[in-house]
Amino acid sequence: MIRETTLNAALLVLLLAVPLAALILDELFIITLATRAVIFAIAGIGLNLALGFGGLVSLGHAAFFGIGGYAMGILAYHAQTYTPLIEWHFVIDGTKSMPVIWLTATIASAIAALGIGALSLRTSGVYFIMITLAFGQMFYFFTISWPAYGGEDGLSIYVRNGFAGFNTMDPITFFAICYAMLLAVLWLVARLVRSSFGLALGAARQNEDRIQAVGQRPFTLYLAAFTISGAITGLAGALFADLNRFVSPTMFSWQTSGEIMVFVILGGVGRVYGPVAGAAMFILLEHVLGGLSEFWHIYLGAILLGIVLFARGGLIGLLAGREVADD
Amino acid sequence: MSLLSLRNVTAFYGPSQALFDVSFSLDEGQVLALLGRNGMGKSTTVKVICRLLGNPDGKVTFDGRDLTALPSFRAARLGIGLVPEGRRCFTNLTVHENLIAAARPGDWTFETVAQLFPALAERRDQSAASLSGGEQQMLAIGRALMTNPRLLILDEATEGLAPVIRQQIWAAIARLKRDTGMAILVIDKSLSELAAVADRAVILEKGRSVWAGDFGDLTADLTDRYLGV
Repeated sequence: MIRETTLNAALLVLLLAVPLAALILDELFIITLATRAVIFAIAGIGLNLALGFGGLVSLGHAAFFGIGGYAMGILAYHAQTYTPLIEWHFVIDGTKSMPVIWLTATIASAIAALGIGALSLRTSGVYFIMITLAFGQMFYFFTISWPAYGGEDGLSIYVRNGFAGFNTMDPITFFAICYAMLLAVLWLVARLVRSSFGLALGAARQNEDRIQAVGQRPFTLYLAAFTISGAITGLAGALFADLNRFVSPTMFSWQTSGEIMVFVILGGVGRVYGPVAGAAMFILLEHVLGGLSEFWHIYLGAILLGIVLFARGGLIGLLAGREVADD
Repeated sequence: MSLLSLRNVTAFYGPSQALFDVSFSLDEGQVLALLGRNGMGKSTTVKVICRLLGNPDGKVTFDGRDLTALPSFRAARLGIGLVPEGRRCFTNLTVHENLIAAARPGDWTFETVAQLFPALAERRDQSAASLSGGEQQMLAIGRALMTNPRLLILDEATEGLAPVIRQQIWAAIARLKRDTGMAILVIDKSLSELAAVADRAVILEKGRSVWAGDFGDLTADLTDRYLGV
């Protein structure tokens, strides 16, 4: 077995090496694939905080992914059309600044997660799954019927947003920005799960009565985790929209929620780097199997089944063993 | 004013009544032994105090505050630390993580707990699931102390442990009494060990508090009649 920290480091190096090699070989498509993997990894890390560390099986994280995407889309749309976003007693214009868009996406997703979590967390088990799914679908159908921002057709952004003088249209530069965000998110989540909050969250997942007996309120722990989780997934949504320069209601669909969950399960539930491995594996399978057959999801399903049945720690668990006692 | 007071407390498990007008009190700095044979309501009383059992009738106050309407996490935040029967550590966490997960502001930290139980410092990064029964018990006590309680409740803290470990636990309880002035409520079957630390005793019989007084006033007749010793 490889030590988990070594495996994690190797994973990050590999994720960096692939697009650099692609740059040398002038394979720009590979850089885009790696960027997708990085963004999906961020989304998975977000979900993993709720699912893996809090035991909250959310099938509605596409809502936050989509909110992040639409935060980017709406702000950029108003900036590119020179129309104000809000015109009331004051005027708020759109923006093409990535940091402002990230902040807006993160805050908007966090607020949505706080509201959805406050309602959903009053239930548990299958009811929680269904309520989160319902919220995701509500956003999906809302955006379909929202003509101001493209309705079902979605919204195109002609030029990628800007970041502090970098040429973000350059694929490797945009990859580097996304990779830096991934490192920041990994650092944040690793700190969080080892903090007293994260430990209490893990303890609440194991036994709610017991954690209450030491003065911790499970609902508050879960809600905080769900909100942070939503914010991270929203950030990924903003990056994804910027990668494609396009947002559409598909970002809110339950299939997107399912895919984010697949990243987590493939890589390893409750392992900080699990979604990184899962997202990379997903993109690889999509690319390789997608070339073989239009119905590549069938093979993906079989692999997922194998992981769930025979490697419950996901890819990381398979290679590094069960460092996490209870996953 | 007593730190903990129970007045005419009745409690039920579904339709079955488990406690009948239980009354006793505990002052700051005192050690109270809650005695009785198995199934007489000792652990149920603890659950009522810690708000882990429905809504009891009667009145339970802690430092003058009515506990009966509070959720259990609020009771814990007021300063009631519970070491539950059967230890019940968080087995998905390490020793250090178990303690940090319960930490609340105050004098008790990982370092001070490790001074009380040096074995925990040695096992700091070991999974709680891999500890021996005695070490898990120390961890459960340490976890309760990390909440910086004013009242520590130990429910069968030495049950099923090796004699040498029992001695360590009793020594720790004695040290807590001597050094911290913390109120302690102990449930245990070992009268000889309890005699060394307990100031007062309450005997429960079929869910009723049938005797309360100084521990030294427990007579052979009482222990024979209610405890079968």
